[in-house]
Amino acid sequence: MKALSQKRRHPLAAIALLLMGLLITGGLYAVATTMNQAKASTTTASASDVEEGGKLFAANCATCHGMGASGSKDGPSLVGVGAAAVDFQVGTGRMPMQMNGPQAMKKPVQFNEQQTSQLAAYVASLGAGPAIPADDLTNGGGDAAAGGELFRTNCAMCHNAAAAGGALTRGKFAPALADVTGKHIYEAMVTGPQNMPVFNDANITPEGKKNIITFLKQIESSGSPGGADLGSLGPVAEGLFVWVAGLGVIIAFTIWLTSRTS
Amino acid sequence: MGNHSDGSPNHSGTVATAGQNEVEKFQDPGIPPHRLRLADTDPRAAKRAERQVALLFGISVVGTLIFLVAYFAIDLGDDSSIATIRLQNTLLGIGTAFAMLGIGTGIVHWAKALMPDHEVSEERHAIRYEEDRQAAVRIVDDIVEETGIKRRPLIRNTLLGAVALAPLPAIAIFGDLGPRPDDKLAHTMWAPQDGKRKRLTRDPDGTPIKASDVTIGSAFHVIPEGLNELSEGKLNEKAKSVVLLMRLDPASLNPSKGREEWGYNGIVAYSKICTHVGCPVALYEQQTHHLLCPCHQSTFDLTQECKVIFGPASRPLPQLPIAVDDEGYLVATSDFHEPVGPSYWERDSHERSINS
Repeated sequence: MKALSQKRRHPLAAIALLLMGLLITGGLYAVATTMNQAKASTTTASASDVEEGGKLFAANCATCHGMGASGSKDGPSLVGVGAAAVDFQVGTGRMPMQMNGPQAMKKPVQFNEQQTSQLAAYVASLGAGPAIPADDLTNGGGDAAAGGELFRTNCAMCHNAAAAGGALTRGKFAPALADVTGKHIYEAMVTGPQNMPVFNDANITPEGKKNIITFLKQIESSGSPGGADLGSLGPVAEGLFVWVAGLGVIIAFTIWLTSRTS
Repeated sequence: MGNHSDGSPNHSGTVATAGQNEVEKFQDPGIPPHRLRLADTDPRAAKRAERQVALLFGISVVGTLIFLVAYFAIDLGDDSSIATIRLQNTLLGIGTAFAMLGIGTGIVHWAKALMPDHEVSEERHAIRYEEDRQAAVRIVDDIVEETGIKRRPLIRNTLLGAVALAPLPAIAIFGDLGPRPDDKLAHTMWAPQDGKRKRLTRDPDGTPIKASDVTIGSAFHVIPEGLNELSEGKLNEKAKSVVLLMRLDPASLNPSKGREEWGYNGIVAYSKICTHVGCPVALYEQQTHHLLCPCHQSTFDLTQECKVIFGPASRPLPQLPIAVDDEGYLVATSDFHEPVGPSYWERDSHERSINS
């Protein structure tokens, strides 16, 4: 003990203390989250899903969306948005929102699958809305050509013909669709998250949505037939490349042509 | 020479004074002494350069072979995968690039390293001699004299006439670039035909849309009924008549006087053709109710009858008046009340005639 008190003025003492504090906090947090997960995976019944979801909602979402999801000035009412909306927003990490901004950003998912489905079950119990789509609609296997035609008519103006995303007004944007799961694409179409319009089943049939997902997975896996796609962003990226690389090569050749050989 | 750094104008080295410099006229410095290259003095270096040139030509040969192999060995059929097409594309490109680059760089390297590089000066010729000029004038005079164009006015006048008339066929041909479209730009397929109002149908399959299908926040891409059945001019008609159908809370719409009945329960239809230069305005933000044109960022506010709130467009998007028929399907009650799309010369008079 005496040795410890003698060392307390050592120049590295503060760093050691800080490190110790961080380790303890991190360790406790890790233990707490695994306990939480362990508890979550034991609950499976749907009635208790709703109940657990309600608790999660009150703890994590009610600040903005209000108790009972009735909405507040900070967040819209979630009555009737359906399980699909929750599964999309929470499942892609957009909710809970990190901060106010032009639009909620995709980020690491904050809840595990069990908790997400509990939240979805709770919100779905508040009012009828789009349900989470069945697996056979979201796994691809449809008609990619028909899906491509629907995509170019309905989606390409915002999401780019190659699904590379694009800008909207005042900092909002339509995200790129590569690496988005078929389920989340389907849910986005039926619920219209944020500024995306709703494409309900009367507009694009479930079969059509399945075809669109098939098309997206197809272009994602087949790559670009014309070589480097430079982000599929069109003339800006391609023009920049030509100005920098193309002109660079021309200048290099010009210098070589006029230089003296040793 | 003065001190450069003392700042005195009288002794500064930068100020020239008479007699300071004895050079009275510019001396021709002549050709700089010839500097021998490595390949000129060392036979091994010359041999090395020769091999380099041969290597470059060899690269060209390999490039050509790559092209030929890729073209003939990779067989493209209807069932070829995109990976195969991409492989062939890449090999064709690489082959052509090396075939051309090898020849080009080889010749340049050959010229630079091995061909003689002695500097040569060529004296400039005197530009013109008086005799030559007079000879040229004599030739022209002879031609005029021998043709006899001054003595034979009949030939001269008929030639002038023929030359003057010759462009007329060209004028006739250019005239056939018309006829002028008249008021075709001002009318679309949406006008009711024989008293039957056109249904709004989905793009691309052409199925009719029920009002109940359009939920709040929805956006439908719409073409007129019968467009897919057109045997000719389909794209021209589609280019004028495409419409975006959206539904929002009826309370947030602010229809002006006379346009209250143009929507149905919050469902409104607007032309998708931008009034700036005609790009399709279809980027609909369902929360802000803004429509954005992707070409030049013109932004239209749906709650103010698509008034322009940003960007270069100068007019709101034209609204298509819609209603619901007996079977619950959405129909257009009339054509657009103004020509859709960008401005053109006769647009104002067309708009007046539509509304008169």
